[in-house]
Formats: sequence, structure tokens, C-alpha cells
Amino acid sequence: MKTAFILAYRNLIGAGLRTWLNVIVLSFSFVVIIWMKGILAGWDHQAKTDMQNWQIGGGQYWQENYDPYDPFTLTESHAVIPETLRNEISSGNMVPVLITQGTIYPAGRMQTILIKGISPHQNLLMLPTQYLDTVTSSIPAIIGASMARANKLNKGDHITLQWRDANGTFDATDVLITHIFSTNVPAIDGGQIWIPLKKLQSMMLLSGQATVLTFRDSGKDRPKLAGWKLKPAKELTAEIDQLIKTKSIGQSVFYIILLLLALLAIFDTQVLSIFRRQKEIGTYIALGYTRREVVGLFTIEGAMHAVLAAVLSAAYGIPFLLWQANTGWTLPVEASDYGMAMAQTLYPVYSAGLVLSTILIVMLATTVVSYWPSRRIAKMNPTEALRGKIQ
Amino acid sequence: MKNSTIIKTEHLTKSFPMGKSRFTALQNITLEVNKGEFTGLIGPSGSGKTTLLNIIGSLDTPSEGEVWVLDQAVSKLNAREAAQLRKMNLGFIFQSYNLLGVHTVFENVEFPLLLLHYTATERKKMVMDALEWVGLTGKVKSKPPQLSGGECQRVAIARAMVKRPEMVLADEPTANLDAANSHNILQTMVKLNNELHTTFLFATHDEKVITYLRRKIYLLDGKIAKDETINQQTVQS
Repeated sequence: MKTAFILAYRNLIGAGLRTWLNVIVLSFSFVVIIWMKGILAGWDHQAKTDMQNWQIGGGQYWQENYDPYDPFTLTESHAVIPETLRNEISSGNMVPVLITQGTIYPAGRMQTILIKGISPHQNLLMLPTQYLDTVTSSIPAIIGASMARANKLNKGDHITLQWRDANGTFDATDVLITHIFSTNVPAIDGGQIWIPLKKLQSMMLLSGQATVLTFRDSGKDRPKLAGWKLKPAKELTAEIDQLIKTKSIGQSVFYIILLLLALLAIFDTQVLSIFRRQKEIGTYIALGYTRREVVGLFTIEGAMHAVLAAVLSAAYGIPFLLWQANTGWTLPVEASDYGMAMAQTLYPVYSAGLVLSTILIVMLATTVVSYWPSRRIAKMNPTEALRGKIQ
Repeated sequence: MKNSTIIKTEHLTKSFPMGKSRFTALQNITLEVNKGEFTGLIGPSGSGKTTLLNIIGSLDTPSEGEVWVLDQAVSKLNAREAAQLRKMNLGFIFQSYNLLGVHTVFENVEFPLLLLHYTATERKKMVMDALEWVGLTGKVKSKPPQLSGGECQRVAIARAMVKRPEMVLADEPTANLDAANSHNILQTMVKLNNELHTTFLFATHDEKVITYLRRKIYLLDGKIAKDETINQQTVQS
């Protein structure tokens, strides 16, 4: 076996440009596959982290009627915050949010929105709610950049906000946009406006009530509360997992094509080798190799392309991948309109498992395409091969 | 089989399918070759000399009859045993050299030793010794495309001889060489035969080779037409 590796290495190095062309293509596959998978892993990680930091914390309690996909449930989706949670809220480890429907009239247009009430003093979520702690004749409000862009709103703008209280009475007032925040989490940005919780509770005549209770500590065993549904962080991020999985399948198609092109080059080289190197095959047999051993030699030779490609990939791929991990991949501005939890700059995350599995897959695939045409050697007549006669 | 007998054939026949009929390349060949002989199978193209050489070299099997090489019946060897016989005991020299084009001279000569699992130090010494026999120590790093035909054949001889085989089978070794190179090569082989007592069996129709042979087995249409041993004094040395 060792002899076969020595010979295969010599044959490959001796073949010069032919070898290096294959190796370069294959190494490109290595780097691109690792980079693309790293981007997805990074996106996944970033999206989940951002979602936890900005929206869900360590998990949430939902009022039992609350369904974020059904706005008609909102009128019933509120309940008095359980007394047992008061301490956690006052210590800053839980943030209640009241959600209701409303309408704004930016520049004379009408826009249905969600009004979300949150404590200005909370520090559990990254929402810059300190801007709600503003003394103003209007209600202070913060909105996301996407919401601001869609409605052409700017910091300092006054807009009319209309809502319907718990008794069904319509009312309206002016709100002042005190801050526009930038976030990668669309669920807290598009079509919604954040105002102080107590203000919203008084507007809605729902004193002490909330729709969602976000808690900090995900590891803690949470009790079941009557009238509330416990939503652990894992359940709330399941959609992101699903989204990344879908994207992953789409990107797999791309890198499978890339890998196939590289493998095709190796397959082609192997087929050509078997035709062009008949004399050499005959010589190996005459000098003491069995045909099976020659098949093994050719298979190792083909598979060794992947080894050389891995070495070459390490040479230029490691600096490139590290550079990408530091500077990230900046997406065009339009990407923020995709409606997905996607940062402007994605930072790839590479795990040992990702690198090892990629190397293993490429090596295995290369070995298979190297072995496939080499099997033909086992049927060759050595005396014909020695004369270089194509069989 | 006598102790000194290295090759023995008995009623050896080889035929190949040719269309609907069969072509008989060798017919009822019975001969013995002793250790240390410098023998040639002589005959025109199609006389069966290469076929006989291939069967003796365990690269092919007889259709009928039997061949014993170093006491081993070739037709009864499986692929691994036949490869072992070639690897351990036989050296081959071909008309078109059959060197590994992408390997250096050193690596080409080293090849049989790699198969025999010699250590790197042993390999280096043995390869340099073999290259010294053929006068190519200055070309160790050259590759076959950088060598002349004569030099290529000398590399092939070094490769065949490096493991000190019992027997070297040479198929038209001078066919691609000019007269001067042919004599040079043959003198090298005679020297190795004398010094190392390696048995040489040629397949040739080259007059230059024939003058060096000490035993000439003439083949015609797959049969032995004549088998003559030459007086030592009349052979070129």
C-alpha cells in the first residue's frame, strides 16, 4: 500500500500541469463549499442570536389567544400579568409587551400597524427603548428602519395614531418618532410602532395586562401558568432552522454542481489515463504488480488529487476563510427587504465538523470517480497492454 | 527438472481466437534452458518468439502443455503467484523500453525494489550500483524523454538487473537502436551475464544480437526449427 502511495504521488507530480489543473478545480470546490456552508452556519447563528437579543430573549409566555399570524386574535390576546412574575419583572429579568392593532396616517395615507407597548427601562432586549423615556406632549415612539423606509418616516416626525380600546371605542392621538433603530430581525420592525407599555395599557384600558412576557433565563425550568402558553427559545427559533434548512438545500445544489465539475475533470483524466497509459499498465504488471494492484494504484492516484487539493486549499483557503470570518460578506441593501432575519453583513462560522465533513465528502467522491474507470484495468490483457494496444 | 534447469517447456501450445477459427502461435514446444545461459529465440515476425517469452514470463498462459519457470508450473499460478514470480525472479527488457515517462532515471530503476520493500538506503545503493553497471550514474535525475534511445535501453537494463533476478527476458531489445548503441547494450548484458550469472533469454531477429548469443533456438511458424549451442570462442564478447 505504501508503495502504491509513493508511486501515485510520483505519477501525479510527474504529470505536471494536468494534475495541477485538476487539483486547482478541486481545491476551489473545497474552499467554496466550506465558505458557503460557513456563511449558512454564520447566518443561522447570527439570525438566532439577533432574534434572541432583539425579540425572544430566553423564551416567552404568550397569552393563550395570541397568534402572531392572525391579527383578529389580538383583541382577545391580553391578560393580567400573573402575580408570581412580578418580582422577575421588577428585577429586569422579564419584559411584558402588550400588542394591539392600530392605524397611522403618515403624510395623509392610512397604514394598519401593530402597536407594541414595552417598558422604556427594560434592558433585556436590545430594542433602544430608552428613547421612549422622553418628555413630550405627544406619545414617544420608536420604529425600525424598514418601517421608516416603507412609510417615509423620519426621526422627529409627528404622525396620527388611531386605536380601539378594550371597550371598542376608537380614539386617536399624535405620536412623535423619537428614534429609528436598525435591526436584522424583521419581526420587530416592519408594520409596527413601539410606545411605552404603561401608555398603551392606559390607552387600551388594559391596566396591568400584557400579550407576551419575554424572560431572560432560558435554562430555568418554567412553571405552567394558567391562561399563558410557554414558548421556549428553541420553539421560537424553529422557523429560522427551517429557513436555513431550505436555503441549505438550495445552496447544496450549487456546490454539488461545482463538485461534479471537479469530479468530471478527474473522471476524464482517469479515463484518458487508462487509454493513454496502456504500456505503463503493462509494465507495472510485468514488473510484479497484479492487475488488481494496478487498479488500486490508479484509484489512489485519482484520490490523491483530493489530498493535493486539500493541501492547496489550505494554502490559499485558510487565509481567505479567516479574512471572510473577520470582515464578513456584505449583502446589497436590497437584501434587507427579503423579509428574512438577515444581517447586512454575514459572518461565516466554520466548525471542525464542517471542514472535516467537507474534506471527507470530497475525498470519498474523488475516490469513487477514480475507481470507476480504473476497474477496466482488471480486464486488460497484460501482453496487449505492454504493446500499448488499446483494449 | 535438473538442478541447473531454469526453464522447461513440455509440448507447449498456444493458440488465439481469430475470427471464427483459431491461430496457433506455438505448437508443441519442448525445451530446457539452464541457469546462466545467454540464449535467443530467433525467428521472423509471427514465428511465436514473443508469445513464448510472454508465457515464460508468466504474463500469458499456455493453451496446452506446461512451462516450468524456477520449478513453478506457470499455468497453475494464480494472478498473485504469477506476479510474485515476476517480482522476485524475473527482469524484463522491452523493444520500446517501457520506462515510466514521468519518473526520473533513479525512480525507474528503483521501481522493482519498491515492490520488494527494500529500505530507502538499500534502494539507493542498489540503484546506484545498477546505474554504474550501465554507465548512467550521471543521469539519475533525468527523465526518459531527455535521454537517447540507447540511454533509455540502458535504464531498462538497469531496472531489469537491479534486483539481481534469476533471469532476464529481453524482447527485441535492440530493435529501436542503431548499431553502435546495440553493441554497447549487448556488451553490457554479456558483462552482467558473466559477472552475475544471470540467465538471459532474448526474442530477436536482429543479426547484431544473434552474434552475441551462445545458444540459438530458431522458431518458425510456432515450432522449433533448430536449437544450436555455439562454441564459446566464436561468440562475440
